[in-house]
Amino acid sequence: MSASANLKPVTRPARSLHELRRTIISQIGWIACGLALLCVIGPLVDIVGVVAYHGLAAFSGKLFTATSNGVAGGLLNAIEGTFVVSLFGMLIAVPVGIGTGIYLSEYGSNRIGAVIRFLADVLTGTPSIVLGYFSYIVFVTSLGWGFSLLAAAITLAILIVPYLARITEMALRQVPVAMREAAFALGATEPTVVFKVVLPGAASGVVTGALLALAISVGETAPLIYTAGWSNFLWNGHFMNEPVGYLTYVIWTFIEQPNAQSHALAFAAAFLVMLVVLAINIGVRLILRRNTRIA
Amino acid sequence: MKFRPFRLSLLSLSLLIPAALCAVILFLLIYSAPAIGFNGLGFVTGVTWNLGNLYGDPVTARGFTVPAGADYGILVFVTGTLVSSFLAILIALPLSVGAAIFLAEAVPPRLRPVLSLLVELVAVVPSVVFGLWGIAVLIPLIGHYVSPSGNGYGLLSSSIVLALMITPIIATTLLDALMRVPKENRESAFGLGATHFEVVTKAMMPMVRTTLIGGVVLALGRALGETMAVAMVSGGALNILPTSLFSPISTIASFILTQLDSAQSDPTNMAVRSLAEIALALFIITLGVNTGAKLLTSGALNVRKRQS
Repeated sequence: MSASANLKPVTRPARSLHELRRTIISQIGWIACGLALLCVIGPLVDIVGVVAYHGLAAFSGKLFTATSNGVAGGLLNAIEGTFVVSLFGMLIAVPVGIGTGIYLSEYGSNRIGAVIRFLADVLTGTPSIVLGYFSYIVFVTSLGWGFSLLAAAITLAILIVPYLARITEMALRQVPVAMREAAFALGATEPTVVFKVVLPGAASGVVTGALLALAISVGETAPLIYTAGWSNFLWNGHFMNEPVGYLTYVIWTFIEQPNAQSHALAFAAAFLVMLVVLAINIGVRLILRRNTRIA
Repeated sequence: MKFRPFRLSLLSLSLLIPAALCAVILFLLIYSAPAIGFNGLGFVTGVTWNLGNLYGDPVTARGFTVPAGADYGILVFVTGTLVSSFLAILIALPLSVGAAIFLAEAVPPRLRPVLSLLVELVAVVPSVVFGLWGIAVLIPLIGHYVSPSGNGYGLLSSSIVLALMITPIIATTLLDALMRVPKENRESAFGLGATHFEVVTKAMMPMVRTTLIGGVVLALGRALGETMAVAMVSGGALNILPTSLFSPISTIASFILTQLDSAQSDPTNMAVRSLAEIALALFIITLGVNTGAKLLTSGALNVRKRQS
């Protein structure tokens, strides 16, 4: 009899109260963490939704063909201005940023490299309004350029050069040392190694950095308000003493106006800016992910 | 040493970064020097920001020519900056820790890239779009349901918007650190009979504490210097210290942004110079905070702990 009793399947002992409490606390913990994630992602979804809803509702042919007139009209001047300011900002920033990246990656393992790296991070952390104010007192007033394309482009360049430099450096460091050594062994000079071997090998990383910098300059507002000013007209080709309009200014000022028409323009501008910024960021991340999976 | 034109030209390009930084500090300092002399220590402790009588003849006070009655004190803006950033961290910290833990441990590996991409995307939304969302969605919500006065602009709205903007910074820093916790630590905690949640909170979180603090300080640096979104939802307080969650505030950065127009009307230029002094103060504060964050996240302060 006792033997058959021993053959009974072993039942799991009832959970002690202590164990039960631990399990319940853990379950509550997971639920709280999940809710926290929802609270982080939820607003993003709402922002994209609200901006797309109101922005698309404001779309019309006039938006892209007419310039703004006070707080009404179209956005042609702002779209053109954002394009021109970002373009010239990038024209200044890309050579400097990529050059710095090359120096840091190829020859920057010394103290100078460490100092430049640290200062680049300091510049990245500097509030953009401080850079804008600096440009205002130096370029706009002291040098007498007035609100101008040049002042705005230089300010944006100062803002994005450190990003470009660090991303380029990281990309170049991924290129195997053996490739450089092979090129040197064939008698290549330093510029040849950098431009024919290292940079082509890291091209996708460098382009990624440039695109992210472009996204930053399209979405930036604070440093432009004091340097680019605002204009209802298309850019007339002058670099100095000629204010330019840009999309983020429309968002910042038109939403404060009381009429629905200017609100619609603000949302349309926000939609265009978000479209560029999100497209660049999502595209870059998808490409990076695909590349790392293959590698 | 050999003369290497290629290296030298690259070096001269990279020296533009230190040059730009030095120029920012130098020109802000030179430009604000008269303001520093005129304002003295009262700059930090003064509550009133008064441009003085801009239409009367300027008077000479404390050895400087200023509009009659001019008084520049930034205590209101310093308070607004510190309180809103502190509240933002208070809101963002639990959210980002929870989100990072959930992403690292609870989400199926196939879904993780998508969800972490969404968290990263929060960080790239331009600040002015956050402000727009604040005005269009958050302010009416707070004004309607929470605020006793029915006015949504103020400290609470600013802190919530700031919190949303800095959450991804803390969350991605922490997620990276959690993913790098050695497998052995997790498995030995499981082996001791800990529940999955206990493994995370008691075995993994203590290992990433320094990185988490570094991420928080980094986020603080961002929050202190945030301009557009705060300027749009803060209500723009002047000469009043905040008394409740619904008081209007101004931060240092938003004040610089919104005040230049009126400062320009000062014929003696002292107001514009005082704004430069504020910009300099903001630069120094964020420099200190970011340097601290760098020390914490780089692990330079971890070495001692690991040896003991």
